[in-house]
Amino acid sequence: MPKDSGIGASPKRREDVRFLTGAGNYTDDINVNGQAYVHFLRSDVAHAKINGLDTSAAEAMPGVVRIFTGADFEGVGGMPCGWQVTDRHGDPMQEPPHPILAQGKVRHVGDPIAAVVADSAEQARDAAEAIVLDLEELPAVVNMKAALEDGATKVHDDLTSNLCYDWVLGETDDAAVQKAFDDAAHVTTLELTNQRLVANPMEPRVAVGDYNRGTDEHTLYTTSQNPHVIRLLMCAFVLGLPEHKVRVIAPDVGGGFGTKIFHYAEEAFCTFAAKACNRPVKWTASRSEAFLSDAQGRDHVTKIELALDKDNNFTALRTNTLANMGAYLSTFSSSVPTWLHGTLMAGNYKTPVIQVNVKAVFTTTVPVDAYRGAGRPEATFQLERVIDKAAREVGVDPVALRRQNFVTEFPYDTPVALTYDTGDYNGTMDKLEVAADFAGFAARRAESEKNGKLRGLGVNCYIEACGIAPSNVVGMLGARAGLYDAATVRVNATGSISVMVGAHSHGQGHETAFPQVVAEMIGIDESQVEIVHGDTSKIPFGMGTYGSRSLAVCGSAMVRATEKIINKAKKIAAHLMEASDADIELKDGVFSVAGTDKSVAWGDVTLTAYVPHNFPLEDIEPGLEETAFYDPANFTYPAGAYACEVEVDPETGKVTIERFAAADDFGNIVNPMIVDGQVHGGIGQGIGQALLENCVYDDSGQLLSASYMDYAMPRADDVPFYTVDHSSQTPCTHNPLGVKGCGEAGAIGSPPAVVNAVIDALQSGGKDVGHIDMPVSPARVWAAMNG
Amino acid sequence: MTQVSMTVNGKAVSGDVEGRTLLSSFLRDKLGMTGTHVGCDTSQCGACVVHVDGAAVKSCTMLALEAEGASVDTIEGQAAADGSLNAIQQAFQDHHGLQCGFCTPGMVMSAAALLKENPKPSESDVREYLEGNICRCTGYHNIVKAIMAASGQDVSAIAAE
Repeated sequence: MPKDSGIGASPKRREDVRFLTGAGNYTDDINVNGQAYVHFLRSDVAHAKINGLDTSAAEAMPGVVRIFTGADFEGVGGMPCGWQVTDRHGDPMQEPPHPILAQGKVRHVGDPIAAVVADSAEQARDAAEAIVLDLEELPAVVNMKAALEDGATKVHDDLTSNLCYDWVLGETDDAAVQKAFDDAAHVTTLELTNQRLVANPMEPRVAVGDYNRGTDEHTLYTTSQNPHVIRLLMCAFVLGLPEHKVRVIAPDVGGGFGTKIFHYAEEAFCTFAAKACNRPVKWTASRSEAFLSDAQGRDHVTKIELALDKDNNFTALRTNTLANMGAYLSTFSSSVPTWLHGTLMAGNYKTPVIQVNVKAVFTTTVPVDAYRGAGRPEATFQLERVIDKAAREVGVDPVALRRQNFVTEFPYDTPVALTYDTGDYNGTMDKLEVAADFAGFAARRAESEKNGKLRGLGVNCYIEACGIAPSNVVGMLGARAGLYDAATVRVNATGSISVMVGAHSHGQGHETAFPQVVAEMIGIDESQVEIVHGDTSKIPFGMGTYGSRSLAVCGSAMVRATEKIINKAKKIAAHLMEASDADIELKDGVFSVAGTDKSVAWGDVTLTAYVPHNFPLEDIEPGLEETAFYDPANFTYPAGAYACEVEVDPETGKVTIERFAAADDFGNIVNPMIVDGQVHGGIGQGIGQALLENCVYDDSGQLLSASYMDYAMPRADDVPFYTVDHSSQTPCTHNPLGVKGCGEAGAIGSPPAVVNAVIDALQSGGKDVGHIDMPVSPARVWAAMNG
Repeated sequence: MTQVSMTVNGKAVSGDVEGRTLLSSFLRDKLGMTGTHVGCDTSQCGACVVHVDGAAVKSCTMLALEAEGASVDTIEGQAAADGSLNAIQQAFQDHHGLQCGFCTPGMVMSAAALLKENPKPSESDVREYLEGNICRCTGYHNIVKAIMAASGQDVSAIAAE
């Protein structure tokens, strides 16, 4: 029987009521008395020298409060990068400055040049049009290969080239790697592109800066996944403000998918301008502006080679990737193609020799950073595509080839720096075979063929490193932050509980799922537990939500803090019952003395903690509030197997997703309904990448796909119902809940399944097509079939 | 500035607007009814869907002045006076048809318009009707399921896990 409360139950989400009735409180819903509005004048060319910038006419326009340019920010810090990658020679990456407003040059379409603050948003926009700008256009740098050629135009004049770093992971001895390939019975090679995407959370970014002269305190309301990270970066690296005088509030946030992790110039600007203008300053991005200013995702070009012995065992893997950084280093950009990508190249397989080579490249495009999965989808796509191609080339079943090479013994040290603590890849594949009904595929294919369609079945596995991350490990790898999280459990006198968490919920349902854990630990009703998040003045210093980390890291902190609460409460209960602490048991919200009929209720103990008339004051303090910081011992490793069935119309090349099944191992699961929803959403985005989405720049650096009319995302009629199975569970061995994280799996696991299915369909129609780059559009499919 | 008057969720309202003021902006900025969301500037996303004289309209595509004298219904008017959710809202909660909540007001308003026209829509009817509403969180699975459930259909056979 499914549980109706606690861990493993699926209570309805409590946050839904406000969202369903229009009572959500998103950042753009916040208006501060007396606020002014900012409009950013952004570059409409990709690369140019700013020879002149005359704001005088604009300043005379109605309602204008003040116009800021790069000159106003000389001496102010720039936007920092949070991860210093060390290259293959031991040298630090090239790290260019990233000013809040352009200084001397613009480096991508959308680079902010000036900011007009006015009484109304319309007045700010009108005045921006009156700014006289003299730009001397320079050649755009769009293609990564061309950007690395000698003599290429440099994006940053002060750097030696457009190469941010040249990085290697795994076997560094080139000769040893080559020998493994020379000794192979078969080598499969694939060149592919993991196209640039735009995260596109439905809520555009917004920032509202407020400053109180009386107290010298700043408040920033912002659309962020991690308010404390924003406060730290903005205070320490950009504006030089004391953290205790800055409050960052991320209220209801309308989706993030990674792109709301980063500290953006607009946040620092509104904070700075609110003081400079002595007025609250609000910025609301239009969607067009979001396309030009939100960090984008993916954009890798890769050659991958897989070596197999005569028995089809994987013997070596070598990759060469160019990764686009865009014009500046966004907050975690440098870590994505390296430590979040290279480390996953072992996948679910025991390949003994792996070498991952990555060159990160500056171009005159919008910066690129983490987008749902962040490096792991890129790794999975390459690996699972090359395995599928290899299976076809050596003439074996692609599922059998995968099973043959699975890691089956744990813990497993990969050749690319990770230790998988647990997993059961055959177990998830077994579940998938049922969920996807492999057995019925032949009949469905025959039916499709009767209708003149080609049907394909694509299967792949994935593994991800989540629960980011052990601070000491990431510190050694160049992270300029710790990646613990924190929770404070505050028990009120009458027994209800507020839990202040560092994680931020922007769709993940923490407000519902986190109380399930605390309530079960104590044995009280979930309605007695409330989650507080998103406000640096209310919560302990946590690192926020990304990398499928909330429950694995912040949830672990919450468990530890709740354990401290229970330990203290037992001491109080022992005192009340004149028993020994060691004899106190807590069950269903009642403390009892083992072997006796003595008991006191949870509420009696909590009241005693705050009304300590009869209290062991010599041993413990009054009150009942505990904080824990939790730094994970390892990453967590969600893994699974996905299957997609497509129909291809050979007349048009159109691909239709007919069936999609996912079998995931997320370890223990707190709320199955929410986990299903996370997987559904990830699959939706993964299908989007596979079939529809493409962020395209032309040769002059103009972004051609800069609106929802031009950037195709899945609509309801582009996707089917999904079958999701997460009954294969190997609990994480190193966190208290045994949980692994589920937020990114769908987006990581689904793109190769779709493309594998399309190739399978075309092959079944006698078309010898080895690969089609994403998005697998009708035009590309048709060209591949008829080329 | 011109004065515009209309009925919103059964209540007479009026305000001064510029000619260029959109209905979405009038609702949000002048009336403070922030349940209607704006997710794009090309009338693609549908987060701003409201009903104008009973018809689903993207309120970012209509000038406030065009709604002069009209009866406008928004997400704020969907629940009963005592706060209890209507059938569509309740089905969205029951079937986890929302995550971040940003597209949700538009989804609920579109679903209401659909069910008025087509009280028992098939899966493909729902999917086609929602082509003007983008959700980035749910992959649509539970939205489609919720709308079918709100129409009184048995959705228990639709894969949940």
